[in-house]
Amino acid sequence: MAARRRETAAIGLLWGAGIATLVILIVILAYILVHGLPLISWHFLTANPGIRGQTGTGIYSTIVATLAVTGVALLIAAPLSVGGAIYLNEYTKENLVRKVIRQAAEVLAGIPSIIIGLFGFIFFVIYLRPYTGGWSVLSGGLALAFMVLPISLRISEESLKAVPAELREGSLGLGATKWQSITTVILPTALPGIITGLILGAGRAIGETAAILLTAGGALGLIHSVQDPCCPMTLYIYNILTEYNDTTTAYGTAAVLIIAILAITFTTDYLMNRYTKKLKGL
Amino acid sequence: MSGEIEISVKNLNLWFGNFQALKNINIEIPKNAVTALIGPSGCGKSTFIKTLDRMNDLVDNVKFTGEVIYKGRNILDSDIDVVELRKEIGMVFQKPNPFPKSIFDNVAYGPRVHGIRDKKILKEIVERSLKGAAIWDEVKDRLNESALRLSGGQQQRLCIARLLAVEPDVLLMDEPASALDPIATSKIEDLIHELKKEYTIIIVTHNMQQAARVSSRTAFFFLGELVEYASTIDLFERPRENRTEDYVTGKFG
Repeated sequence: MAARRRETAAIGLLWGAGIATLVILIVILAYILVHGLPLISWHFLTANPGIRGQTGTGIYSTIVATLAVTGVALLIAAPLSVGGAIYLNEYTKENLVRKVIRQAAEVLAGIPSIIIGLFGFIFFVIYLRPYTGGWSVLSGGLALAFMVLPISLRISEESLKAVPAELREGSLGLGATKWQSITTVILPTALPGIITGLILGAGRAIGETAAILLTAGGALGLIHSVQDPCCPMTLYIYNILTEYNDTTTAYGTAAVLIIAILAITFTTDYLMNRYTKKLKGL
Repeated sequence: MSGEIEISVKNLNLWFGNFQALKNINIEIPKNAVTALIGPSGCGKSTFIKTLDRMNDLVDNVKFTGEVIYKGRNILDSDIDVVELRKEIGMVFQKPNPFPKSIFDNVAYGPRVHGIRDKKILKEIVERSLKGAAIWDEVKDRLNESALRLSGGQQQRLCIARLLAVEPDVLLMDEPASALDPIATSKIEDLIHELKKEYTIIIVTHNMQQAARVSSRTAFFFLGELVEYASTIDLFERPRENRTEDYVTGKFG
């Protein structure tokens, strides 16, 4: 009987642990949305913030800035991570080079983002100022690329590894070269996973603040080139809270950010499911 | 043995790391005929045919010595272009492995990677290859459908069609019917009878009845050695070696 009671208690505790994740997510989402949603209007989305942080304006330039730095980060990280994954999975055997590169990616993923930001500040903002424009979309995007890279490299590699060996053999067996096999059979089959990896990376980039804090500059004006300083949404939330104590606008911006991330996650899931089904002929 | 020799194997040895998978194999494969390779699992028969299109190169730590003479050259030479070789010697795998593409694109895959872009020519090749693999009538109205929607037996014939589209001389078949039901299997066997008129076929099989039905010569492999190689009738009815007799009469397997 005691054993049975312990079993029941254990199940209850484990259930609670599982449910806790859900509850925490719902509480955060609800709290932000309840406070933030009332602020969202056409005006809020399309007007620029007041240069001195006045309330009652919009966040248009910060949305543009988020899209811009994330875009730059993906443009740089996507070819590096997909190329690196192809090299690791298709062109090296299980040897030291592979282990070292994989380990390097893991260590890179573990570096605190403020340190990435510090490096970005010294290297991109100061040292490469003639090219990056100092604090800018480009400097911010480059720093974010370092954070996207290890995630999408890892996931791309896993997706390539998941492509059945029979497909590789089938293609090579027909006299295709390795490169032809990769581009025509292996990559299309691994594509849903690779895209998912990039989206996860993009999610990381959109939500990142510390690396942006030291590299993007925080200027609220609408950007005209990648060398302009900018203020993505996360940094804007930080700035208006710390400098102006403007919680209202912070909630509004946070709500937009969260909705954007949710929308990207669900749309990608949906599209990748459809693609995978099509690939399987369903 | 009458007729021309397509492939002549001399003193072939092969190792995976320290394990010797093939021991001093000598065998001559006749042209435009079916040669069956039989033997228990792990006897080296699959490894042997994978040597013929150099598919073993994909495995880490593989080493081989000896000669495989095909069209006057040793295909084990390190300067052989394996990509070219695989156009001439094609492989049908144990598990049907169509690409996740349409039926048409599967068959057109080989010609396309070899540079044929002309739609009309591709169409002709696809039709000829599907007819050659006895599957045209079943798929002619659904060429744009995914190949993965076909049944297992249809997928395997599609894979054979995909191979024919590259116009090889030799077809290697690694237990091509082992994943199929009896009806699909008999269709594949009928197809093999048709194909041997134009192709040299080497088929690995676990199924001795199948070897007896489709092949004119049979080789019995055991523990990496070629124990006996004779006409199929002789090998099954008058085996010279005790080990062959024990295997074909079902004493072990």
